[in-house]
Amino acid sequence: MANRITPAPTRYPGGAGASVAPRRRRFSLLTSRDKVLLVLMVGLPLTLDLLLIWGPTLASIFLSFTNWNGVGAITAGNWVGLKNYTTMFTGYLFFWPALKHNVLWLAFFTLVSTPIGMFFAVLLDREMRGTRFYQGVFFMPVVLSLVVVGFIWELQYAPNDGFINNFFGLVQNHRIVDWLGDPNINLWAIVVAASWRHVGYIMVLYLAGLKSVDLALREAAKVDGASEAQTFFRIVLPVMAPINVIIVVITAIESLRAFDIAYIVNRGKNGLELLSTLITNNSISEANLVGFGSAIAVVLLVISLVPIVLYLSRVMRTVQ
Amino acid sequence: MSAITAKAGDSGRLARRPLTLGRVILHVFLLSMVLVWLFPLSWAIYSSLRPISDTITHGYVSWPSSLTFSNYTNVWTQANMPHFYLNTFLIVVPGVILALVLASMVAFCCSQFTWRFNLAVLMLFTAGNLLPPQVIIIPLYWIYLKTPVPNLATADFGAFSIPLISDNGLLYDQAIGVVLIHVVFQTGFAAFVLANYMKTISKEIVESALVDGANVLRIWWSVMLPLCRPALAAVATLLFTFMYNDFFWALVLFSHGDKRPITSALNNLQGEFFVNYNLVAAGAMLAAIPPLLVFIALQKHFVAGLTLGSTKG
Repeated sequence: MANRITPAPTRYPGGAGASVAPRRRRFSLLTSRDKVLLVLMVGLPLTLDLLLIWGPTLASIFLSFTNWNGVGAITAGNWVGLKNYTTMFTGYLFFWPALKHNVLWLAFFTLVSTPIGMFFAVLLDREMRGTRFYQGVFFMPVVLSLVVVGFIWELQYAPNDGFINNFFGLVQNHRIVDWLGDPNINLWAIVVAASWRHVGYIMVLYLAGLKSVDLALREAAKVDGASEAQTFFRIVLPVMAPINVIIVVITAIESLRAFDIAYIVNRGKNGLELLSTLITNNSISEANLVGFGSAIAVVLLVISLVPIVLYLSRVMRTVQ
Repeated sequence: MSAITAKAGDSGRLARRPLTLGRVILHVFLLSMVLVWLFPLSWAIYSSLRPISDTITHGYVSWPSSLTFSNYTNVWTQANMPHFYLNTFLIVVPGVILALVLASMVAFCCSQFTWRFNLAVLMLFTAGNLLPPQVIIIPLYWIYLKTPVPNLATADFGAFSIPLISDNGLLYDQAIGVVLIHVVFQTGFAAFVLANYMKTISKEIVESALVDGANVLRIWWSVMLPLCRPALAAVATLLFTFMYNDFFWALVLFSHGDKRPITSALNNLQGEFFVNYNLVAAGAMLAAIPPLLVFIALQKHFVAGLTLGSTKG
């Protein structure tokens, strides 16, 4: 995976060729003690990062080709080749539903929650009374943990005691809807709860982007007689193109990380299977299928690399 | 939407008229959205203040005959909330401080000095922070189970006993283990944000300090960090929230419910202690209060940190 990221920076030494001279000057100021200190200052955090993040990432890939169950050492006899993958794709009942749920989650976030957040940002990006109040309210759920968000929405969704069923008379009419228990609807119920938090996050990011659009551009459009809608669609949106990509990528990463609410509701079962919950349920909390769970983790890794690489290539381009 | 914005655009020209029809529609729409957004939280607060006897008599959706804090006092004492707040404190405080120290060192080295791999290193940190935690959890779990860790001593504070490092000889089921993964994981995020901020600081400041004979460690601590105070405040606010709100690491890397921080402890309490939804509401509110207070006090820092970290680049 490092190979997929590194091509981007290798372009920079070429681009930075012009700054070779100042670089040499900078380093000539550094004593050898300084250089040792610099290596340590980067080296210690980097070692920890490699040991606890990238090492385990590679180990997940390795383990996915074994049938190790956590007992004893890993030997050549544990090597099973692609068996975990064939089992997962063909024999395992929950893999395709979980993948489908992740895709539906992503689709809902991309088509509903993220656009709502962007819409709020556009509405609030103007001189207006109370704009800070509105922003504060929409952003407030972002600071809450998804566990707390899950509990707050359980109070809405509970079959007999929840607000929704009681308010709409479903309890009284004995037509109770089990929002979190019915596998046909519970995914949508928790996606709505997660969206309550996601919208504010997107709104803040998009507002920052809108603020960075040059005011002179908008003024010029206004002077030329463009309406505010025209200004937005013809001027602001095209200028925002890079930020729009980043927003979509962040939405994708957030959707792949979905875990907490599903786990609180029913440990990610019965309609709430997600790739993330399958990994822990198979390998840690309920069974010891280390190799099999790792194969699911590798699938999640490969899917996640798409938005991650997109994000890095966009963001790092401007860093230099 | 176009009608609204077009009208609102007109109000710019009629500068002295504060309210146009467009503005009124806009405010009505936003206020109704505010009601929608505040409702779930308000309902939770309302439920948490209602005694269960009142709810049973009148039903969940009804006007209250009395409101009390009895649910809160019940949760606080019977579920032993102070204990879980302390667990959280022991994870979040060292976690935020260590992550800031490591991340600011990485950011300093990657932003103020040009060397061959500085961008690659920064990318490695950032990418690591973007991975779903579940991708690395299986090997991490086994690393935590197999790594021997010494215990130096145990610090006792009344009923609380805090192991200095590890009381079972492992990283697993220990606050230090969860602190460690928080620090490493969040260093990726914080280094990226701080590096972006440090890039805006003129390199001549560091250069002249070097000319004056200060070493790089000294420059990092007494020149760079004071200059980064606004960014450090923003990142600290975010890191506090991230670590406080964490559920996943604490769920998997602790085996005992009573060692878990408050956010993941709520999940255990759900089965054992929360016998009705009013208690659930009170428990959720108790866990929500610290980040909400931080948000109300430091909203500016929140927004600054998030935007530095994602879109600006």
